[in-house]
Amino acid sequence: MDLTPHLPALQVVVPMLAAPLIVLLKPRGLAWAGATAVAMLSFCIAIAMTIDVLQGKVFTYQMGGWAAPYGIELSVDAFSAVLLLVVSGAGALGMLAAHASVDQQIELERQPLFYSAWLLAMAGLIGIVVSADAFNIFVFMEISSLASYVLIAGGPDRRALPSVFKYLIMGTIGATFYLIGVGLVYMMTGTLNLADMEVRIQEVTELNPLLVAAGFITIGLALKAAVFPLHVWLPNAYTHAPHMVTMFLAACGTKVAIYVLIRFDFLVFQSALPGHSTQFASFLMPLAILGIVVASAVAVFEGHLKRLLGTSSVAQIGYIVLGASFLSAAGLSASVTHIFNHALAKGGLFLAVACLACHYRDLRLSQLAGAAKTMPWTAAALVICGLSLIGVPGTAGFISKWLLINAAMAQDNYSVLLVAVILLSSLMAVAYVWRIVETLYFGSTDNVAADGATDIIREAPLPLLLVTWLVALANIGFGFFPQLPISLSSGAASVLLGQLP
Amino acid sequence: MTFVFALFLLTLLVITALAIVRSDNLFVAVMLTSIFSLLMAANFFILDAADVALTEAAVGAGVTTVIFLSALAMTAEREKFAHVGRAAALLVVIVLGALMTYAIFDAPRLGDPNAPVHQHVAPWYLEKTPEYIDIPNIVTAVLSSFRGYDTLGEVFVVFAACIGVLFILGPRPAGHAAQRPARSSGLKHHLIPQVVGRLLVPFIVLFGLYVQFHGEYGPGGGFQAGAIIATGVILFALLEGENAALRAVPQRALMALVIGGASLYGAVGIVCIALGGNFLDYSVLSSDPVFGQQLGILIIEAGVGMAVCGALLTIFHAFASRGQG
Repeated sequence: MDLTPHLPALQVVVPMLAAPLIVLLKPRGLAWAGATAVAMLSFCIAIAMTIDVLQGKVFTYQMGGWAAPYGIELSVDAFSAVLLLVVSGAGALGMLAAHASVDQQIELERQPLFYSAWLLAMAGLIGIVVSADAFNIFVFMEISSLASYVLIAGGPDRRALPSVFKYLIMGTIGATFYLIGVGLVYMMTGTLNLADMEVRIQEVTELNPLLVAAGFITIGLALKAAVFPLHVWLPNAYTHAPHMVTMFLAACGTKVAIYVLIRFDFLVFQSALPGHSTQFASFLMPLAILGIVVASAVAVFEGHLKRLLGTSSVAQIGYIVLGASFLSAAGLSASVTHIFNHALAKGGLFLAVACLACHYRDLRLSQLAGAAKTMPWTAAALVICGLSLIGVPGTAGFISKWLLINAAMAQDNYSVLLVAVILLSSLMAVAYVWRIVETLYFGSTDNVAADGATDIIREAPLPLLLVTWLVALANIGFGFFPQLPISLSSGAASVLLGQLP
Repeated sequence: MTFVFALFLLTLLVITALAIVRSDNLFVAVMLTSIFSLLMAANFFILDAADVALTEAAVGAGVTTVIFLSALAMTAEREKFAHVGRAAALLVVIVLGALMTYAIFDAPRLGDPNAPVHQHVAPWYLEKTPEYIDIPNIVTAVLSSFRGYDTLGEVFVVFAACIGVLFILGPRPAGHAAQRPARSSGLKHHLIPQVVGRLLVPFIVLFGLYVQFHGEYGPGGGFQAGAIIATGVILFALLEGENAALRAVPQRALMALVIGGASLYGAVGIVCIALGGNFLDYSVLSSDPVFGQQLGILIIEAGVGMAVCGALLTIFHAFASRGQG
């Protein structure tokens, strides 16, 4: 039986249906093995679809055999493929590496529930990405949000509970806003299918409800995506979550919300509302710039390693939004490339953090002094990913920064200012990455309370370290051979701007 | 007449909402949210959304209230007064309200047959359901077949909530129930609730089963049935004590219901692929596509009912056992 046409459905359904079964796998290690196998399978499906998408194929799938707009449609194009790679890749590699870190942080009898929630979060995020139906996106947003609240709250750090409560309230408000917006659009068009919406919205004469809908959807998704200044939930949630969860969510969680925001706005609203593209740009560009500058500046003075990296994520989200607000093909492809590259860099950094956390309970920078002596491989991987985060030539981060600067130069207005902002924030990234490097390599080990002697080499468990290095090397690999993300993201840009690929 | 009644209900809704916000006694607030849900259910009913009304009444007014109350048993009854953010929150609410009102001005009149929502997909559902699925309740046809993938997603939302509560509150150690002190004896010593309640429990469960299997003909289906049956068991737990309820329906059975229900739904989808259809395309389940659709809907609704009932009871027990611990 040929399963190729069913791949979009299987991509979601495999991790989702596996989640309840994982709960049953009580014996030690079995839940982890099962979840890892499922996550890897999901990653393989994503790769298989990406190969076809690269050849110009667009997958569509009619759930239940009902044609859109009557039934629910799934579709996978170049833009979705990037996100699928990021989400399933982060989920699968995270699972592969997770065993030691999860053993350390979560009691044995609760682990099956943890792995089940992990698969649900993956399935939810993937379900959003492949869906071509506005309400279906909401349903899967609920699954992914609930599962990620559970994952964040599950660690040994009790401070996670107030931060996850804040995240839950803000996330719920975001999802509700999205639903209100979708409701208003449905009221005016009578359809939930995005492609059908794009067609029928042209015939709507009273535009006020659509304008309000666009506002609700933009703000709601910006809340979920932690766009500055709606990011206040993010640093604490990332800091207190279990280390592997931080890595997973930092790599893909907020990016999926940006994906829906960009897709909804470019495909549905910009074609219907006159002048909406300018509104979109003039609303989001200042927020993006403020986010980049303020969050980078805050990160420079942050004393806790995880919060530092989390705050830097807010700035990186700023880059992604900034690219989209250029409204040009160059800007959009820079944006999409950065989604891919930032997932590599930040995912690698948080994997290295998980390695460090195997021997250092306290992740404040002051407590990590001299860690490079005990964990040289971890520290080296962290440096490579840090260079990629800055955007040093030869790393993946450089490619997207370069594309972004090029796109900024092509802007008619403020191009000098935009380039200056990007360069300035890169300098600030140098500053905060250097602070980490300085502590790890040159920090004095006098007042550090590491458990045991500080000059013996004690690396993280091998699987975790290997995955960390795999991601670190991928940062270099995609720095020299950026064809894959670039061709996918230029395909994504042409999908969004309504040109033929 | 309907208009006056709707106006009356909506006014009460606003008053209740204001009362919830103003109350600093959490017990009062929980009771008021229950009333709020009941009013909401009546509103849905006036708007001819009987299925939604049934769900809101069973879940919103019934189960949620009980779960709130068991959560309340773990904390204080009064809210700690917090100054921060009241003005900002009020401002946000006012701005949002104004925006919504602005958007609604250009909305089609309620019930206008020319409104876009009545012109596009809805007529197709009305026209094609007899031909493709042949069940009288079109809402059930839409929810479980045309948009069955959404319903599958909702079942997994419920599942995620269930494992989330278990994960964060921690599963109860096996054999713990037996050694529990006799404090959790429910309302055993209150004669009137005992007598009335005992009479009610079997009828509630029977009504739940009716809603489950009658969903193709009248309002109802798996979600509502699961919630109603769960309400019946919760009432039993309140009357006889939580331990008696756990002896009648043990935790393992509840987990089996949740996992089995969710997996049953998913399995139907996989079987559809194996038989050559798309995921959740029930037509391939039988040689007669219409019967296949009906069969598929019957099975997945059973899955939904099992998962919802099991999940709600698991969540209730997780909170209730904490509250007594």
